[in-house]
Amino acid sequence: MSKSKFKNPVVKWIDHRLPVFSFMDHELNHYPTPKNLNYFWNFGSLAGFALVTMIVTGIVLSMNYTAHVDYAFDSVERIMRDVNHGWLIRYIHMNGASFFFIVVYIHIFRGLYYGSYKAPRELLWILGVLILLLMMATAFMGYVLPWGQMSFWGATVITNLFSAIPLVGESIVTWLWGGFSVDNSTLNRFFSLHFVLPFVIVGVVILHLVALHRFGSNNPIGIDVKGTQDTVPFSPYYTIKDLFGLSVFLSFFAAAVFFFPNFMGHPDNYIEANPMVTPAHIVPEWYFLPFYAILRAIPDKLGGVLFMFGAIAVLFILPWLDRSSVRSSQFRPIYKIFFWILLFDCILLGYLGAMPAEGIYVLLSRIATAYYFFHFLILFPLLPYIEKTKPLPISISEPILGGAATASAFATREKK
Amino acid sequence: MIKYSSKFFSNNILKLFVSLLIICISSVSFGAGEKINYPQLNWSFSGILGTFDRASQQRGLQVYKEVCSGCHGMRLLAYRNLKAIGYNEDEIKAFASENSVNTINDDGEVVERPARPSDKFVSPYPNDKAARAANGGAYPPDLSLIVKARPDGANYLHALLTGYIDAPSDQKVPDGMYYNKYYSGNLIGMPQPLYEDGVEYADGTKATPEQMAKDVTAFLAWASEPEMEDRKRLGISVMLFLLLLTALTYFSMKQIWAPIKKQ
Repeated sequence: MSKSKFKNPVVKWIDHRLPVFSFMDHELNHYPTPKNLNYFWNFGSLAGFALVTMIVTGIVLSMNYTAHVDYAFDSVERIMRDVNHGWLIRYIHMNGASFFFIVVYIHIFRGLYYGSYKAPRELLWILGVLILLLMMATAFMGYVLPWGQMSFWGATVITNLFSAIPLVGESIVTWLWGGFSVDNSTLNRFFSLHFVLPFVIVGVVILHLVALHRFGSNNPIGIDVKGTQDTVPFSPYYTIKDLFGLSVFLSFFAAAVFFFPNFMGHPDNYIEANPMVTPAHIVPEWYFLPFYAILRAIPDKLGGVLFMFGAIAVLFILPWLDRSSVRSSQFRPIYKIFFWILLFDCILLGYLGAMPAEGIYVLLSRIATAYYFFHFLILFPLLPYIEKTKPLPISISEPILGGAATASAFATREKK
Repeated sequence: MIKYSSKFFSNNILKLFVSLLIICISSVSFGAGEKINYPQLNWSFSGILGTFDRASQQRGLQVYKEVCSGCHGMRLLAYRNLKAIGYNEDEIKAFASENSVNTINDDGEVVERPARPSDKFVSPYPNDKAARAANGGAYPPDLSLIVKARPDGANYLHALLTGYIDAPSDQKVPDGMYYNKYYSGNLIGMPQPLYEDGVEYADGTKATPEQMAKDVTAFLAWASEPEMEDRKRLGISVMLFLLLLTALTYFSMKQIWAPIKKQ
């Protein structure tokens, strides 16, 4: 490889010694990507954008935030009122968390629909679930920082869940709090962890990308790429498509930030934390509601905690639970129906998490929880024995006439 | 004789927590059951193009100052912020100097000085306990964020301020409590604050309780979201830019993908 592809002599000199330009050219420019990806494949890059947005706004916020029970609430209000455009930074960060979860949840359900977790992408999927788990921890601790009523009581309820652990539960809770209640030491450590965990997420995201680029993206028909006729170079085809997706995403995001900034928040969090006054309803942020519903559906405290974490744990082993070798739901007529039932089930759980735990809601929560675990633990392993899948196409370009145009797309790029 | 062992204590803490959790969860149901509908007003500041009505805000400040500020603080607002609702520097200086704040002089003594525009609104009570003691145990909340801190805040506030009616005959109203048809549970510690001609408006507007409730709500809505007008104005420009960007990226994408799609 003595003949460099770069013309600029400085780039050429550096790249010979430190091949970062070759790396970027390979992974972001030439990187062959299936040509049949639909808009659901936009959500990966959107999640990356959301992560960077959260880190940048978060760093600016941290410059003006005071992690102390006596000052935290007022320091956030100072950001909202006195820091130049502080309200903008804070509303982007606050709504950014919700939008990050919206994007990631769509990304996950896309993976479920098209079987993106199956061999050889098991580790890619597991790293993704790990990112979700880290995001949840980060979001939970971030919500505590403004030190409003929901911050305080949310933190109290959730940290108290660990007291359900037999024998050492109480000690663990005391250890988490750094004292005997949610207090200044709790706020301090949550701030510290909320600052550092996003960088851990960045690390796992890099691994997620390395794993992705090993075999490339899955695609809507879920069969492997057979050759260059099935792919297009990432740039300009998917760079422009991701930019278009980003513009649409930003339009929704900006509408929320500028016109409905508190729609997804809770009014009680504009009341400063008061350990002496319990709010009438303690509800978590919307993105935790399905898990909250599972927690409350189980009549036993320890059981509820186990099932709640179990709801995430089953995702880790999903690549081995699903025994079907066919990836895409397009060729799995029965699984396809159950996919939509699962999606409905998760939305129902979210709704039930916001509702009181009484009467019909309790029964519905239990049915929805039971279905969730039935879907993962019974349906996924057993369905392939019953289901007759549709015949798979020979290749991505098989239903259409040859792959001449894509091949020429590569060829024109090479000439340049 | 009762022996307090540590086990007894921790078990009780656990029970306390579990019952607290049950209370919280069950209270959600009560909250959902007795949903009160407030009259929905057409506020000048609602909607994506809404702005505050300066005259109404200024009247609202007058209501706050002459009626509410006896018990309710606005600790997050500074006197200088009043510039945003149309007061000039001299007016703000004069307004601020009617209050006094403690300061430490060069001899190390605590002395009072008149408040300056840079000071935060002076609260009526030195601390929460003093506020409770002076109000029969009920705490008059700080109003800086009140509109944001209640669901449907502006309508709620207006409803609450105009919701004082005679209690139904079957409802006992204890001493120091008042009946309000819009307050959750109907018994509120705050006596009816707004009466006909309770203030004399500088601009000659008739001071009906309805008018005063609207004005003070407009003022408090601004106090909760002083950035609102800037936010919406910037939002319109950002949205226009994004729509243009979306159109540009869409047609670029179509053009770039055309040869692939043609196959």
